[in-house]
Amino acid sequence: MQKKGIDLTVLNQLIGEYKDNKGALIPLLQKAQEHYGYLPELVMSEVAKALNMSSADVYGVATFYKQFRFNPMGKYVIKVCHGTACHVAGVNILDTMFDQVLKIKAGETTEDGLFTILSVACLGCCSLAPVIMINDETYGHLNTDKLVKIIDSYRAKEGK
Amino acid sequence: MVKIKVGTATCGNAAGAQKTLEKLETLIQGQSDISLSQTGCIGLCYREPIIELEINGTKFLYGDVDETNAEKIYKTHIKDNKPITELLINQSNQHYSFEKQNRIVLKNAGVINPEIIEEYIAVGGYEGLKKALQITKEEVIATVKDSGLRGRGGAGFSTGMKWEFAKNSVNDKKYVICNADEGDPGAFMDRSVLEGDPHSVIEGMMICGYAIGANEGYIYCRAEYPLAIARLKNAIAQAEKKGIVGKNIFGSTFCFDIHIKEGAGAFVCGEETALMGSIEGKRGMPRLRPPFPAVSGLWAKPTNINNVETLASVGWILSNGACAYNKIGTEKSKGTKVFALAGKIKNGGLVEVEMGIPLKEVIFGIGGGIKNDKKFKAVQMGGPSGGCIPASLIDTPVDYESITATGAIVGSGGMVVLDEDSCMVDVARYFVNFTQTESCGKCTFCRIGTKRMLEILTRITEGKGVEEDIDSLIDLANKVKDSSLCGLGQTAPNPILTTIKYFKDEYIAHIRDKKCPAGVCKELITFNITDACIGCTACKKACPTKAISGEVKKLHVIDQSLCVKCGACYNTCKFKAITK
Repeated sequence: MQKKGIDLTVLNQLIGEYKDNKGALIPLLQKAQEHYGYLPELVMSEVAKALNMSSADVYGVATFYKQFRFNPMGKYVIKVCHGTACHVAGVNILDTMFDQVLKIKAGETTEDGLFTILSVACLGCCSLAPVIMINDETYGHLNTDKLVKIIDSYRAKEGK
Repeated sequence: MVKIKVGTATCGNAAGAQKTLEKLETLIQGQSDISLSQTGCIGLCYREPIIELEINGTKFLYGDVDETNAEKIYKTHIKDNKPITELLINQSNQHYSFEKQNRIVLKNAGVINPEIIEEYIAVGGYEGLKKALQITKEEVIATVKDSGLRGRGGAGFSTGMKWEFAKNSVNDKKYVICNADEGDPGAFMDRSVLEGDPHSVIEGMMICGYAIGANEGYIYCRAEYPLAIARLKNAIAQAEKKGIVGKNIFGSTFCFDIHIKEGAGAFVCGEETALMGSIEGKRGMPRLRPPFPAVSGLWAKPTNINNVETLASVGWILSNGACAYNKIGTEKSKGTKVFALAGKIKNGGLVEVEMGIPLKEVIFGIGGGIKNDKKFKAVQMGGPSGGCIPASLIDTPVDYESITATGAIVGSGGMVVLDEDSCMVDVARYFVNFTQTESCGKCTFCRIGTKRMLEILTRITEGKGVEEDIDSLIDLANKVKDSSLCGLGQTAPNPILTTIKYFKDEYIAHIRDKKCPAGVCKELITFNITDACIGCTACKKACPTKAISGEVKKLHVIDQSLCVKCGACYNTCKFKAITK
């Protein structure tokens, strides 16, 4: 079953699996995002129908939590830690560097769809401050030099 | 016989522990006299990745073990029996910085393999639960009460009393919730416990379930901790298999099931009523109390909710007795507390100390003092709800009452150390920015008050502050404190009030002199290169905006119109030729 270019097969499976659980909405949205990479409008309205809720209620819950995203992400999601330790270790230098190297700010995706930068509260590796995470890989004790090298290594991997 | 343990908690992995593990796996392949296993966080984050080597009963703790050093240790120490002193952290079972610690909650972290239930049982795990099931519910609650244990999530309420309220609520269905939504930036105690010793939390929840008459529990863990969630799932599955979680536990009539709920990224969900709303699938917004969760909590059933560290202490208390616990600590603050030491400190990591230990002992004794031997300025305790304790109060004992008297709070246990290069107005602005973003928006004063306070603080850090700003901040701070429903709003002004109380001169310098004494606030500083420049070109390379020009061995110059004041050049220069 395909609607507006989004394949809903997986979503329907997930709905079947979760629908009857207590407090199913958030886990269902989490699983849906895991599959689609973000929450397309259609996915949210289908979830609303299945759980007998209004779309507005689903949207209200989804927008309350930072985990949920409403736009497609880049291939590599860069989480920049803005925890206290990273803040005092000068994470703003990294922000400036990202601005220069990737030409995007937190919350944005590069034109080539390769990188998305997210500003996050705390990754919990405070002794390694400043820290970033690219997908599941963590990089600590960063400075501008290291950062450029890391970004270059990802670009090289993609042949860019 | 050689045993190798690699610390593979998040901090270890971030430093490269998985690569170390893989390297060691290849090296020892096919050698039956060498065993390799994983363990949790030992707490010495600043030396990660860490491995423990045990040769015929003698233990060696190695730090900074990347792939190269792993191979070096394998060849030189394991094969040629020559310890590599420069990488050794210690050579005995007791580490120097452990001497001032008393590890109850962290006793197994970095010792056992958290993925194997038998290892937890072998060190006395689930003995507390067994003991609890042999006595009455009232006796269990009396033991927890007598121990003096207080909630480690921040509020410090008596755990035994909380349990008693939930027990006294009459209902056919009750719940136990473990609050593992550790959201304070700069705090990672709970993560380490969940990753390094998940069974201790499960045991605590089950003892609580038995005591209050609940047969179902939820662990609400933030999604940012994938490893903690994986270890918890594994631990629950193993405990179910062994008949420790499930029906008729240890042959008794007590039954208990545990579910995991992943948070979705909302700081306010650390507040208990918001957390329960989130489990129910709603927006996590706090509600008015009473009714307290003990009367009407999750799905309107009586619910007891405790933090990770609190629950992880319970098994030990039941095993060792209330007296063993309440003889540790001060008159009103019993037992131990785990702190996450971070910021400008030499030995950052996790420490567990007895309540009442002076701050000085923690920062300069265990923590080894300030990085690069800079001047200690303040320690920020309790995250966004806490405050800054200045250097002059360094002798303050670490217990609930003494810390609260300074204006800060013990909180969940984050300790971020600040040095002379930290601007206190900037720190206050940082925290208010955090709480402003995380405010759920329910209470007007929290929603709009934090926004206005942030605007004032931002204006001050930009050099646009006016004399009245300090008074406006204090006035607004007190109103936000008084008019907010939950802890987030009630404590959000603490970072402002404490920094104004102890560092008013810094505020005045920003407002009156338009200067940032610590050299942090961008709008108030300019970077310049002095004659001390030898023309090494390091700053030129470090500058992200190409604002620095100059030839090799000649004085370099910064083009102020291009400079974004990121400070990269300042941090790079080895000749102190850049001023701000």
